[in-house]
Amino acid sequence: MLKSYSTRCAILFILVLGLFLNSSPKVFAHEISGYAEGELRLFPNEALYPGQNEQSASFAFQPEYYHEFKSGSSFTFVPFVRVDSGDQERTHFDIREFTFLWLEEDFELRVGVRKVFWGTTEVLHLVDIINQTDLVENTDTEDKLGQPMANLSFSRDWGTVDLFWLPFFRERSFAGTGGRLRGATIVDENRVQYESAAEEWHSDWAFRYSHTLGDIDLGISQFIGTNRDPTLLDGTDSNGNAIKIPRYEQIKQTSLDVSYVVGDWLWKLESLYRTGQGNDDYFAWTGGFEYTFVGVLESGMDLGLIGEWMFDTREEEATTAFENDIATGIRLAVNDASSTEALLGWVQDLDTSARFLFLEASRRFGDNWLLTAELRTFLNQPIEDFLFEQRDDEILQIELAYYF
Amino acid sequence: MKHFYIFLTFTLLWVAPVFAETPEEKGLSIAKEDDKRDNGFKDFTANMVMLLKNKQGEESSRHIRNKTLEVEGDGDKSISIFDRPRDVKGTALLNFTHKVGTDDQWLYLPALKRVKRISSSNKSGSFMGSEFAYEDVTSQEVEKYNYKWIRDEEHKGELSFVFERYPVYKNSGYTRQVVWLDKKDYKILKIEFFDRKNSPLKTLTQSDFKQYLDKFWYPGKMFMENHQTGKSTLLTWTDYKFHNGLSDKDFNRNSLKRAR
Repeated sequence: MLKSYSTRCAILFILVLGLFLNSSPKVFAHEISGYAEGELRLFPNEALYPGQNEQSASFAFQPEYYHEFKSGSSFTFVPFVRVDSGDQERTHFDIREFTFLWLEEDFELRVGVRKVFWGTTEVLHLVDIINQTDLVENTDTEDKLGQPMANLSFSRDWGTVDLFWLPFFRERSFAGTGGRLRGATIVDENRVQYESAAEEWHSDWAFRYSHTLGDIDLGISQFIGTNRDPTLLDGTDSNGNAIKIPRYEQIKQTSLDVSYVVGDWLWKLESLYRTGQGNDDYFAWTGGFEYTFVGVLESGMDLGLIGEWMFDTREEEATTAFENDIATGIRLAVNDASSTEALLGWVQDLDTSARFLFLEASRRFGDNWLLTAELRTFLNQPIEDFLFEQRDDEILQIELAYYF
Repeated sequence: MKHFYIFLTFTLLWVAPVFAETPEEKGLSIAKEDDKRDNGFKDFTANMVMLLKNKQGEESSRHIRNKTLEVEGDGDKSISIFDRPRDVKGTALLNFTHKVGTDDQWLYLPALKRVKRISSSNKSGSFMGSEFAYEDVTSQEVEKYNYKWIRDEEHKGELSFVFERYPVYKNSGYTRQVVWLDKKDYKILKIEFFDRKNSPLKTLTQSDFKQYLDKFWYPGKMFMENHQTGKSTLLTWTDYKFHNGLSDKDFNRNSLKRAR
């Protein structure tokens, strides 16, 4: 799949290159930037499943090529590659971005591979559906695979309308035998099932209206197409070993996301109604607040408090760990020259004792180096919890990236 | 003698409304004249280098591009885009300043492709880790302060008004600011900032002024020194370009996402 997908992207590249050579004088001519990073993952607890490691090292590279035409139209190309010592599935290549932006007075048209984010909350990105999650990158679901699309956007006084045509579907990446942060049973991506006979070539559609009304920012979205979040079915491979088979249904999802600023408070809400996945339609929502103390303790530091509640009406049947959970967090921004930041979070399941703690911190060294550390740990996971099979996958991840 | 004072008092009462302004009135009229002289730039783009220095003398820099749109009857709209350090490249801040009430701010985070509304009610927070607070870098509107003229004096060879201004908006980090404004061109030469306890906090010195469009005087260098922490920030502005034909469409959430 990947190979044919890459070939198609290469054809598109040549087409866009043609546009290019006829271009007028440049504004940002052939600009190159990006990063290269080394990453170390340490798992203090012994692995639960054969083939897993206690540590792994990997290297990632993500250059970015940007070219802007005099008209304001532009072309962006961002490939990404990771090579990982612990998990074959984590060694992967992706085209994160390959977009031509056609900018006109009345509209913006983007054609190519891109990433689009919808939403307002910090812990769970519930309504964000355009891109598939690159789950092997990080289980926080913030890394996404590039999504092929045509996106027409109109901005008017009464709001912004976005139309998306998504002609090709990207399968979620899952950890392989060597990877931690996975269930006991490996997800076999070769056995993937689709509800649609068109499989990954099913045309998905999305519509979004967004607007700012004073202190309120809101977005209303409709998605019709292939579910990004598969149902995992039990199966066996040719050797009779148990495997999980990802099944991608056809769904319809209507969603709302709102943020509301009141003084130092920032209130957020995301909610969705989805049909087509499982037997029952369901609602899910997440919402909460962010409050920032500026200049705490007479210093220049900012301290932010985050509180969010996550709920899914499927409850135990939910295909998420956050079916009825409260997340609290403290974010510290030191506001020093090296932009030192830290976020400490605690997600508590309201129905069981299960909790999940995380700490993320970063600091810049010199002008080009960024050191990031992440610690995630799972506590008191009961056997029925969504993350029970990952209960011993406490992880310390250290990344050192060079930005150019 | 007593009669003389009574005579003098009556005379002043009669004369004062015609000839003399109170220091407060004089301060306000200076601010209004300054604002008038700043009107009509329409839009500009400029590049800025921010040099941060700590007490130990260690330096680090940020490169920012700025686009500003003048809004009739309200505060300006602006977009600031980071070029360096490279790890925050593409991060952009959209700001709608208002004459009254809090500003509207959105931050674009390029790695997540996310536009995030941020609370701007606390204006005393550091602007991007520098010694400039948000309230120092957003557009200055007459309505944001009360004023009081203090004296006229020569400052660095230029005859200047010296006046105080007192923030009237909520959550300012200052009780007052003392401003040195040259009488000829209305260039702000220096501002002394006093914290909430009225202790000296920071001094801003502006220099390398250049006149644009035969009207507007903009500083090439803005140096902010924090007396309490020993840290300083130098802003160096280059490549001012006026009348780029920018409009509201260049200052919304969509344009923030594609700002470079």
